[in-house]
Amino acid sequence: MSLAQVWFEQLMNGLVLGSFYALIALGYSMVYGIIKLLNFAHGDIYMWGSFVTLFIFGYASVVVGSGWAAVLLGMITAMIFMGLVAFFIQRFAYRPLFDAPRLSLLITAIGVSMILYNLMMVLTNGEYKFFNSDINVAAGIAIGPFTLTYVKLIMLIITAVLMISLSLFINRTIWGKAMRGIAQDKNTCRLMGINVNKIIGLTFFIGSALAAVAGCMACVYYGSLHYFMGYIMGIKAFTAAVIGGIGSIPGAMLGGILLGLLEAVGTQVIGSAWKDVFAFVILIIMLIFKPTGMMGKTEIERM
Amino acid sequence: MDNRKNGAAVAAENVKTTGFFGHLINGLYAFTDKPAGKIVVYGGLLLIWLSAPLWTSTYVQEVLWNCMFYMLLAIGCNIIVGFCGLCDLGYAAKFAVGAYVTAVLIKTLHVSFWLTIPASIGASMLAACIIGGPALRLRSDYLAIVTLGFGEITRIVARNLAITGKAQGIGSIPRPELFGMQITKIWMWFYVFTVLVVLFVFVASNIKNSRFGRALEYIREDEDAAEAMGVDVVKYKLWAFITGTIFGGVAGSFWVVKMTSITPMAFQFLQSANILLAVVLGGMGKIPGVMAGAAFFTIFPEIFREIGDMRMLFFGLLLIIVMIFRPQGLWPERRR
Repeated sequence: MSLAQVWFEQLMNGLVLGSFYALIALGYSMVYGIIKLLNFAHGDIYMWGSFVTLFIFGYASVVVGSGWAAVLLGMITAMIFMGLVAFFIQRFAYRPLFDAPRLSLLITAIGVSMILYNLMMVLTNGEYKFFNSDINVAAGIAIGPFTLTYVKLIMLIITAVLMISLSLFINRTIWGKAMRGIAQDKNTCRLMGINVNKIIGLTFFIGSALAAVAGCMACVYYGSLHYFMGYIMGIKAFTAAVIGGIGSIPGAMLGGILLGLLEAVGTQVIGSAWKDVFAFVILIIMLIFKPTGMMGKTEIERM
Repeated sequence: MDNRKNGAAVAAENVKTTGFFGHLINGLYAFTDKPAGKIVVYGGLLLIWLSAPLWTSTYVQEVLWNCMFYMLLAIGCNIIVGFCGLCDLGYAAKFAVGAYVTAVLIKTLHVSFWLTIPASIGASMLAACIIGGPALRLRSDYLAIVTLGFGEITRIVARNLAITGKAQGIGSIPRPELFGMQITKIWMWFYVFTVLVVLFVFVASNIKNSRFGRALEYIREDEDAAEAMGVDVVKYKLWAFITGTIFGGVAGSFWVVKMTSITPMAFQFLQSANILLAVVLGGMGKIPGVMAGAAFFTIFPEIFREIGDMRMLFFGLLLIIVMIFRPQGLWPERRR
């Protein structure tokens, strides 16, 4: 493989990784924008999403064959299931604390994360689970001297479609308008007759459904699942959200893609042993020089 | 006995209580507020505690030692989380800094253990400034994520550097000497850590009652009001963060010479979470409260070894329930 091909490969890996970060970061950013909660359990929602996909895939592959159709079924089920799980989490664990000090809410989120994480550890006995399908991961289309695999291409397309539809949803529909309104001023929204709790529930549902899509993609892309995978992905996605400007939807998309690319380049240049450090170093540099992120609002609000 | 009864009566007049435990706790408060009660309670407890190595097994002493170690960490973490209301999710990294500084200095430069403590304090201060400096100017939840990130960085760096022994860590660290005697037996460590706990409690309670401590309390209760009254919020937050980190670093230094070996695995997120939970469940801000929390977190797993993996599941549930129904913790500070 020539050097150019290696770099192309790494850039594509970076884009795919960036799609993961972006999809998860969207959930962080939306929830943060609307109730100022750092939803610690979000990484675990992603992890659960991938296990749900695997579970459904196991059953669906018997009926429709273990190809893309079964993955699609798994993905849709995971989206709905994880959306509902997140909705109930916010209903029963977070909602009683919306008016409490923010530290209490954050600690509750850590508690939820511990429950999700340990429950999966118990369910899987702490073992790796493998995704076996008929999908040919090596097949791809040739672009000049480079090859882009179908798996990566499909993932990038799915991510792009989801992001465009989310943007349309936020900017063009009445629910999206309500979300933007709540992010600005919750009480005024109440006075305007918006059912704030319902919109918060909807936000959790959408954010978690997106994380579940990332989970489904992890199933196909990595092939091996572990209950531990949500933790590091969660904090990196949060880093991506901060880089983009927390609370900003396009910021989360941009931040995710950028972090993925930076990590791919960093891995190529410095080595993979240090790859988890990049994200945090970038985070700290970002906080020093541009704490509002690339697309965040300029006000510095204090807790 | 008489004291206790009076105490309960006085408490019942002052504070509206509900239930058996409410009365019991208020009674205990009132009893321990009296000088005679204080002497009886604390003297008795001290005597039981100091004689523990005489009538307990090595296993129990190990558990008690571990318990004291977590108490040290909880007291340090309490300065950041309890006094100042910041959220620190990487406290394990702070004791990792102290532990690695001590271990590396002893192994490579053959420095005496006692001389590594100032170095460990210095390294802790430096780490706190690097992490806290940029993050504390911002919203407090950024600090949560930065401390979390710092926890991971510390672990990854320790796993990749040759000087910290990579993934195997550092082993066979010689034990320190005190009064010409090497501290090897567990009962010796028991007394060393007892002294440390007393020292930490002394320093922490002095901080709490000082001008600095009151400023922190003000920041925790109402940051904007504190700023309006002329409290330099960022400066005080940073000092609280540095102080808490130093406590963690010193505790780590002592921990590593007791354990004689160290690996990056010892500083996983779970450790940080446990320390934070001890502080939060015990009662943020109250020193005996967080010590009780730390004791609970070390003794509970020892007693419930059978449930094994399910343990953390229940911890998570407990945490949510406590946050919803008793956000101030199980043994909180009484507000003046």
